[in-house]
Amino acid sequence: MGGLQKKKFERGSATNYITRNKARKKLQLSLPDFRRLCILKGIYPHEPKHKKKVNKGSTAPRTFYLVKDIRFLLHEPIVGKFRDYKVFVRKLKKAYAKTEYSDVERLKDNKPTYKLDHIIKERYPTFIDALRDIDDALCMCFLFSTFARTGKCHVQTIQLCRRLTVEWMNYVIASRSLKKVFLSIKGIYYQAEVMGQLITWLVPYQFSHDHPTDVDYRVMATFTELYTTLLGFVNFRLYHSLNLVYPPKMDSKSDLELKGEDEEDYAMDSESYLEKLSALSTSLARVFSSVEDEEAQLDQFPVEGEDMENMEAREKEQKQQETQTKLFEGLKFFLNREVPRESLAFIIRCFGGQVSWDKSVCIGSTYDATDETITHQIVDRPNIDKQYISRYYIQPQWVFDCVNAKILLPVEDYFMGVTLPPHLSPFVEEKEGDYVPPEKLKVMALQQGKKPEQEEEDEDEEDEEGEDEEEEDDNDDDEEDEEEEAEEKSLKKMEEQRSQGKSLQVKVTPGKVKVENPARLEQEQKAEEKRLAIMMMKKKEKYLYDKIMFGKKRKIREANKLAAKRKAYDDAEKAKKKKARK
Amino acid sequence: MRREEQTEEKKKAREKSAKKRSKEEGDEGDEGEEIFSFKDKAAVDEEEDDDLSDSEDSVYSGLEDSGSDSDDEDDDDKDDNEEEEEEEDGSGNEDEEEDLKTETQQTGQTEQKKTTTMKKKKEGKEVTEEEKVNEYEHDSSDEEDIRNTVGNIPMEWYKDFPHIGYNLDGKKIYKPIRNKDELDEFLDKMENPEYWKTIHDKQTGRDIVLSDEQVDLVNRLQRGQFGDVNFNEYEPTVEFFTSDVMIHPVTNRPADKRSFIPSLIEKEKVSKMVHAIKMGWIKPRRVEDDSKGRYYDLWTGEDSSLVAKHKMHLPAPKIPLPSHQESYNPPPEYLFTDEERALWDQQDPSDRKLPFVPRKFSSLRQVPAFPRFIHERFERCLDLYLCPRQRKMRVNVNPEDLIPKLPKPKDLQPFPTTQSLVYRGHTGLIRSISVSPSGQWLASGSDDGSVRIWEVCSSRCMKTVQVGGAVKSISWNPNPAVCLLAVAVESVVLILSPSLGDKQVISATERLLSGQQEAETTEGEGPVSWIETEGEELNQGIHLKIQHAKAVQQVAWHAKGDYLASVMPDHSSHLQVLIHQLSRRRSQNPFRKNKGLVQCVSFHPIRPYFFVATQRCIRIYNLVKQEMTKKLQANSKWISSMDVHSSGDHVICGSYDCRLGWFDLDLSTKPYKMLRHHKKAVRGVAYHRSYPLFASASDDGSVIICHGTVYNDLLQNPLIVPVKVLKGHEITHDLGVLDVTFHPTQPWVFSSGADATVRLFT
Repeated sequence: MGGLQKKKFERGSATNYITRNKARKKLQLSLPDFRRLCILKGIYPHEPKHKKKVNKGSTAPRTFYLVKDIRFLLHEPIVGKFRDYKVFVRKLKKAYAKTEYSDVERLKDNKPTYKLDHIIKERYPTFIDALRDIDDALCMCFLFSTFARTGKCHVQTIQLCRRLTVEWMNYVIASRSLKKVFLSIKGIYYQAEVMGQLITWLVPYQFSHDHPTDVDYRVMATFTELYTTLLGFVNFRLYHSLNLVYPPKMDSKSDLELKGEDEEDYAMDSESYLEKLSALSTSLARVFSSVEDEEAQLDQFPVEGEDMENMEAREKEQKQQETQTKLFEGLKFFLNREVPRESLAFIIRCFGGQVSWDKSVCIGSTYDATDETITHQIVDRPNIDKQYISRYYIQPQWVFDCVNAKILLPVEDYFMGVTLPPHLSPFVEEKEGDYVPPEKLKVMALQQGKKPEQEEEDEDEEDEEGEDEEEEDDNDDDEEDEEEEAEEKSLKKMEEQRSQGKSLQVKVTPGKVKVENPARLEQEQKAEEKRLAIMMMKKKEKYLYDKIMFGKKRKIREANKLAAKRKAYDDAEKAKKKKARK
Repeated sequence: MRREEQTEEKKKAREKSAKKRSKEEGDEGDEGEEIFSFKDKAAVDEEEDDDLSDSEDSVYSGLEDSGSDSDDEDDDDKDDNEEEEEEEDGSGNEDEEEDLKTETQQTGQTEQKKTTTMKKKKEGKEVTEEEKVNEYEHDSSDEEDIRNTVGNIPMEWYKDFPHIGYNLDGKKIYKPIRNKDELDEFLDKMENPEYWKTIHDKQTGRDIVLSDEQVDLVNRLQRGQFGDVNFNEYEPTVEFFTSDVMIHPVTNRPADKRSFIPSLIEKEKVSKMVHAIKMGWIKPRRVEDDSKGRYYDLWTGEDSSLVAKHKMHLPAPKIPLPSHQESYNPPPEYLFTDEERALWDQQDPSDRKLPFVPRKFSSLRQVPAFPRFIHERFERCLDLYLCPRQRKMRVNVNPEDLIPKLPKPKDLQPFPTTQSLVYRGHTGLIRSISVSPSGQWLASGSDDGSVRIWEVCSSRCMKTVQVGGAVKSISWNPNPAVCLLAVAVESVVLILSPSLGDKQVISATERLLSGQQEAETTEGEGPVSWIETEGEELNQGIHLKIQHAKAVQQVAWHAKGDYLASVMPDHSSHLQVLIHQLSRRRSQNPFRKNKGLVQCVSFHPIRPYFFVATQRCIRIYNLVKQEMTKKLQANSKWISSMDVHSSGDHVICGSYDCRLGWFDLDLSTKPYKMLRHHKKAVRGVAYHRSYPLFASASDDGSVIICHGTVYNDLLQNPLIVPVKVLKGHEITHDLGVLDVTFHPTQPWVFSSGADATVRLFT
């Protein structure tokens, strides 16, 4: 046959992939630089379908990148900056070694820097793309902003992260876009809906970190570099979308109010300004100060083919959302010093409430604890010495639960020193067949407008009912027992007769009519039909079917397990109560 | 040592110069003062000598010659010397003065000098020079206390010795006799007014009473003041140079030429720099741009051209949202029980369902920091840049859709559904059953060595024949005109006439068996021997015995009822299958070659074909042409049983690996359908003669009835539907149902099992 012999691995998938080391060599970068480049440009490895083919016959574990990706990296201007930086470091070292300090100074002045603006633009061509990917950026920035300003990373980075997160929170307050909050053991989850995108972020509790040794902070720092740039641009755009001034300025009215109060405590004006911003107690300045909140009534465009019910449902939902954003409007909160101030202030302000705290806790408190108009004081201690009759003393979980339930929950369960009801995750959406905790059902009932009955009475009733039922059950059991006993007796008699009378005592006993439940019969029949049909499945389909059914069964099993656990717990509680009563 | 010497020398030199100066000053000053100073000088000299002798040599070298006058002193009275030395440490106090006096008694004059110096000190600062001298005189900073030569050691080492050290001559210094006990001490404390300023000197073992000046000094030092009372810390500064600028140069030297012409070296340096700047080696200082960290509207003109990203890019998946378990105050059912906790601890971190342990806190203030927070964020970072991303298509199939749509079993009736009769009587497992062609009788052969014949409708055992061995196979003659049974017992095939039913039939059977008598005699030596039975056996109904060479596994009749095939599975022999002709009492071996271990055989119901099932395949032979026509691949490991449909077009075969193969002979040599309904080995299969039903019996104790429809329209595929799973047999010794057979006319099925029963399902 004609034609040249084709060499192996010069066609097909082998040419589409490149190993990491080769890519690194092609880009002439060291491994840390390559890593940094990949992080900044968002390049990740690819798993080839046929690893052996791509790996040129070897089965050694390797990381593969797409050749296209690497070629794309070749044109990146930042690669040049990386090389410049390498040269700079070399020169600096040399100057140090030669003790030429003037050179060191000069070199340091000309330290190469790079900007990531073009990368952001390239990775997120539209603003929505950027918003979609902002989750990680927020989490990272919130984490970095809680770092101590020593070691681990540059102080500027920490400050920048703090500034950006404060800006973000101020935006969320101004736009009232917070939807859900969740107190987890890891930290506090927040979910906001910004321009139709659900954005979730996690903020650690305010404690100092003990930095683990097995974490590479360089990687984290590179990510943070990218994320701060991204978050900055996103913040800018978001502020402008609301006609807010960026960088944020406090409203002139409130600014005046605050001025002169704590000015002496802070050395730098800028510092105090950031602190005041981060207190989250003031509204922000707008570009056009005359523009008041004028909510244009949105026109309703009935979509064709959409029936009225759908429309109504949508309207209802909208209304609900509106009411949610005004959840705390008219309420006046005061935060005790032991509660997490920032998160609570953030949430309360997001839903239109007024909030203040003790002057010594943080800058920016607007009213005092002695204010008579305060409606709710949030406390997290068993009792308090001086109490005002005019306000509720509640635990912080109330605020979170209210936000998730979208209504103001009854405060009784959350009073100071009271055992709190469980805090549920608002992110779980139960499907059919899933286990729903009873507390959630209660909240759902409240949402639908049913009034909670007096619980204790309820319980009593339940108790009684339960007892009744039990009694009934007992009765049933007794009856059954009797029947069984009778049967057994007859059986025994028969057996005795058999054993005694070898002389063929053939006896015809009147047979019992078996009552057949037609529905059940039908069900059984159907089940059998199904079983038989399953037998006729093809092997492949059978496998898939078995897998699906296994998953379903496992789900059911888990739900049942949870329900059983709950029941056992409730029973134990009930027993305890009874004992206490006696 | 050397350094010490040097310093000493320096000191001396300084002292000399000081003396000179003092001399000059003295010259200028008063007469009286001059005298004093002069005297001072002499004293200094002496003292100096003393010092020298002390510090430089004698102590360490032990040489005595260098030491001058002080040696004598030492010799004379050590105590004195020691005292003197000690007091030299202190500066300017009474004791010292006294000691000095004692010293100067020998040298003369010194007492006077001393007193004068002291006076001067008290007077003030006019005599600073002298003061300085005195300072040096008493400077003992680098002298060592050498009255005791033990050196700088803890003195408690000498606790147990009578002496306390050695003097310069190496003689022991004895401890002062002191017999003070606690009481003496106490008395001393009470009575002695000077007790409070008495110090015990460990080195010498003496008590020293501090003088008032010394006490004063101590007090002052404790207060952090200077030791010298007269030292003024706040003296006005003395300006050595004036602050005025003079108009005239200090020197009259004319300026150099080089101060008027430009420097070449500098020029060279500058030109080098210029060159470096030109070449871009040195960059001018960058203007600080604050563009970094300044944000603007990045997405002003959102052009769609950039939106076209490359296809392979996948956005990173978001972190899964937390569930109730992660709450700081979860519902109680989400908390771990002790077992779950133990399991969680045991599991490998990668196997755990939850990466954390749910915990409950009664209030928010008790929630601690999450220890793995940074870890988790870091892991997310790693995932973002190190993990290959893949789009995973999630199958979203409704499992109900996967179940094939089959006609309802209800529509496919009749088929056996319930167990209606149980035939009990056997004591061993029943390997084989057979139904008479009329459908009235059922024969069963068991391992207990008996053949029983039952009436089907009443389950009554009509006859029991003891055959004296485990019955492997039993088969009713399909000819309805006769009533005959072939029974395989060990290596014998018995022809048994149960003599049941019509008299006509019985007589026909008798006739058939007796009519062959003549032919039998003509039969020569074959592979088997036909034996007529007599006596007891004949009474039981056994008419003929066909003695084989080996154990017979199976017997099968031809549809006409004249021919009988028997199987003796044996790997090595070609005599595995024999065909016997009953009417002529003749046997023949149809195969010349051995083609594997024969499991079972069967005649084609209509045509002259013969089916032989070996382990893996079924061969079909044309008996007329004496050749193989077809070989069916069973796709199973070990065939156990086989049955041919009454039309002869379909074959089913069961195998020990739980499968049932359904062959369409017209279609292919491969099974049209493999059914894996059973959980255990399939032991027997059977076709119904008229209804489109077939049954399979298995070791799992069940009989499955399937409905197999074959359409006349060739384009439509045959449809096989399982219609019923019949259960009833108990599993004994891992054996369930061993044989199954259909009633010839009714949709009934019989099954025999290892539990020694035969069951009828209708």
